[in-house]
Amino acid sequence: MSFTEAMLSSLSRWSGGVKTSIGFVLVAICCLFVADLEISSIDPWAEMWRLADGLFHPSLMQSSLVLEALLSTLAFAFAGVALAVVGGFLLALMFHNAFVRGFCALVRSIHELFWALIFLQFFGLHPLTGLLAIAIPYSGIFARMYAEMLAQVPMLPARTLPSGTGYLNTLLYTRLPLAWPHLVSYTSYRLECGIRSSAILGFVGLPTLGYYLESSFSQGYYSEVAALLMLFYLLIATKKIWLRRWTLPALFLGSPFFLGDGMPIVWGNAWRFISEDIIPAPLRNSEAGGQWESLSKLSQWTSDIMFNQALPGIWNTLVLSQIALVVTGLCALIMFPLISRYCYSLPGRMPGYVLLVIARSTPEYLLAYILLQLLGPSMLPAVIALAIHNGALIGYLSGRHSNELVLRSDLPKRRLDRYFYELLPRIYPSFLSFMLYRWEVIMRETAILGILGIHTLGFFVDSAIQEIRFDVALVLILTAALLNIAVDMFSRRIQRYI
Amino acid sequence: MSSLAIQDAYLTYGNHRVLGPVTLDVRAGEHLILLGKSGCGKSTLLNHLYTENRQDCALIPQDLGLVENLSVYHNVYMGRLQRYSALRNCLNFIYPAVARIAEVTPLLEQLGLDEKCFSAVAELSGGQQQRVAVARALYQAAPVLLADEPVSALDGPEADRVMALLGQYFATAVISLHDVDRALRYGQRIIAIQNGELVLDESAHRLTVSSLNEFY
Repeated sequence: MSFTEAMLSSLSRWSGGVKTSIGFVLVAICCLFVADLEISSIDPWAEMWRLADGLFHPSLMQSSLVLEALLSTLAFAFAGVALAVVGGFLLALMFHNAFVRGFCALVRSIHELFWALIFLQFFGLHPLTGLLAIAIPYSGIFARMYAEMLAQVPMLPARTLPSGTGYLNTLLYTRLPLAWPHLVSYTSYRLECGIRSSAILGFVGLPTLGYYLESSFSQGYYSEVAALLMLFYLLIATKKIWLRRWTLPALFLGSPFFLGDGMPIVWGNAWRFISEDIIPAPLRNSEAGGQWESLSKLSQWTSDIMFNQALPGIWNTLVLSQIALVVTGLCALIMFPLISRYCYSLPGRMPGYVLLVIARSTPEYLLAYILLQLLGPSMLPAVIALAIHNGALIGYLSGRHSNELVLRSDLPKRRLDRYFYELLPRIYPSFLSFMLYRWEVIMRETAILGILGIHTLGFFVDSAIQEIRFDVALVLILTAALLNIAVDMFSRRIQRYI
Repeated sequence: MSSLAIQDAYLTYGNHRVLGPVTLDVRAGEHLILLGKSGCGKSTLLNHLYTENRQDCALIPQDLGLVENLSVYHNVYMGRLQRYSALRNCLNFIYPAVARIAEVTPLLEQLGLDEKCFSAVAELSGGQQQRVAVARALYQAAPVLLADEPVSALDGPEADRVMALLGQYFATAVISLHDVDRALRYGQRIIAIQNGELVLDESAHRLTVSSLNEFY
């Protein structure tokens, strides 16, 4: 039997999941040839050494400022997520409506930093900017998940209610309490994401942690960066202690007072933004020319954006995210045994837990920012950042899944045998579905990392905003949104195929 | 006067035809007992009766249909949700109304659950949960009861007490049981189901335990 025949015959034996994975790996390998992965900084090791030195000597210069940053990070997260819970729940009740579903898909496919960039033009540096930047996309996310959870409750309790009970009563007495544990645990998970999002909003100027991190970092105060990061990890790691049922009212009611005052809203600017700035440029000054002229200008304008910004942006976003996705998968598969009870004893798993918690608590954007400073602008730091954060997250989920498995007691002696013959085949399907779900998230993050200078869609959005061409920025943001929706639909189709 | 009626119906469970053609008519004021092996279609028949006559019926399904993370009180109260406005129900959800508690407590006392009024249903034993579902149906006070094995998780004396209560609260009832002896004691009319058909339809006083045992 020739080699090709052997390949073909084994191809037919592989399951859908394995074939899908091989497809993704092949695409990523092709992407490697066109991706820019060089290390362009002159002496990355020296800088890395200074950073590592700082990490081991954390120190705070102005502790009151830091406390303020932490409080406002929490405040934006809580207030934003609280608004999103209300909005998302109401939308979830209307989720059978196709228009509502489409609306939710659109708002959640736009990254919170893009929302922040939009609202910055509208409200300026006002707390509302940060608040809505979190609340709007999170509403879309909550709407979808809440709707799914409410649809999955058992039907029987509602069926036993007397006829004429009514929609609201049925919701309150049966569907809501039945779905409650799921709603709570998902919301709590999202709150953690909200804290990360809130921290990142500092990078566009809001008074949260990211703002202080960026300023300390750009001045080379690495020991301050270290202290800020450690406080951030501490905050997330102790979530279970300070996030209790009885602390919730205080946290939600208190949060509006810690958002800061920001700058006053200039309503003239806000009005100009929606009435002029976001109207495509050729349509804005169309009084002079005829209709045909403005139409040809519009098509010129559109094709300019398409060929010079949107298409290169989409191309780079796709290339980078496909590489990042596969590296993320590899990271997750390497890391999950660290916390698996079938690989290590309890004390042996502790370092793994710490590593995974730190890696998944660090937002990709922050990691990418730091790595870009060290390695110089290319796709490499972005790939590493995406892979560390998402790999740790999926590794954590897969590891937890492996701990729920009940395996025979005469397991293979060697750890590697156990990994390949017992654990990997069992967790692979759920690993793959975590990955497919994460694909869209990685794509959305990849687009955003462009703001840091990698030529993905975010780069072109950021440049358009700096050139005060908000019409162009909006078109590009919508392009990124459509890309995410397409990937989301595609990944769900693959999920059904597997 | 006929209370519930089925005329030449084919009843399905999923895509699977279970019963048919069935013609049955339940007269007002009679207590009808369904007998038959498990899987013979008793539940399907009860479900069909419930779907067609939801207005007049209280249902005790085999799987109880309780909301386990709510209290016993709230689960029983659900029997009368339709009588109050959504706002009233909403307030009662957060802070149970004293007048409603006073209505529910005697029912719970009769079922031996009065100490569990504000416990979550999830914390109760299987038998206690079954009595909560019974209390919900009693509280609903509908004209007709449809009950699917309502005493399967209760021991002898307790089962008899619950059957007596159901007989006393509901003028008309269709109840499936698997205990022939109990069927004869509490039913006025017995129907047996076998191989997808109603094979027996007879007054209880004309039947004996041994004549019914062949259906098991």
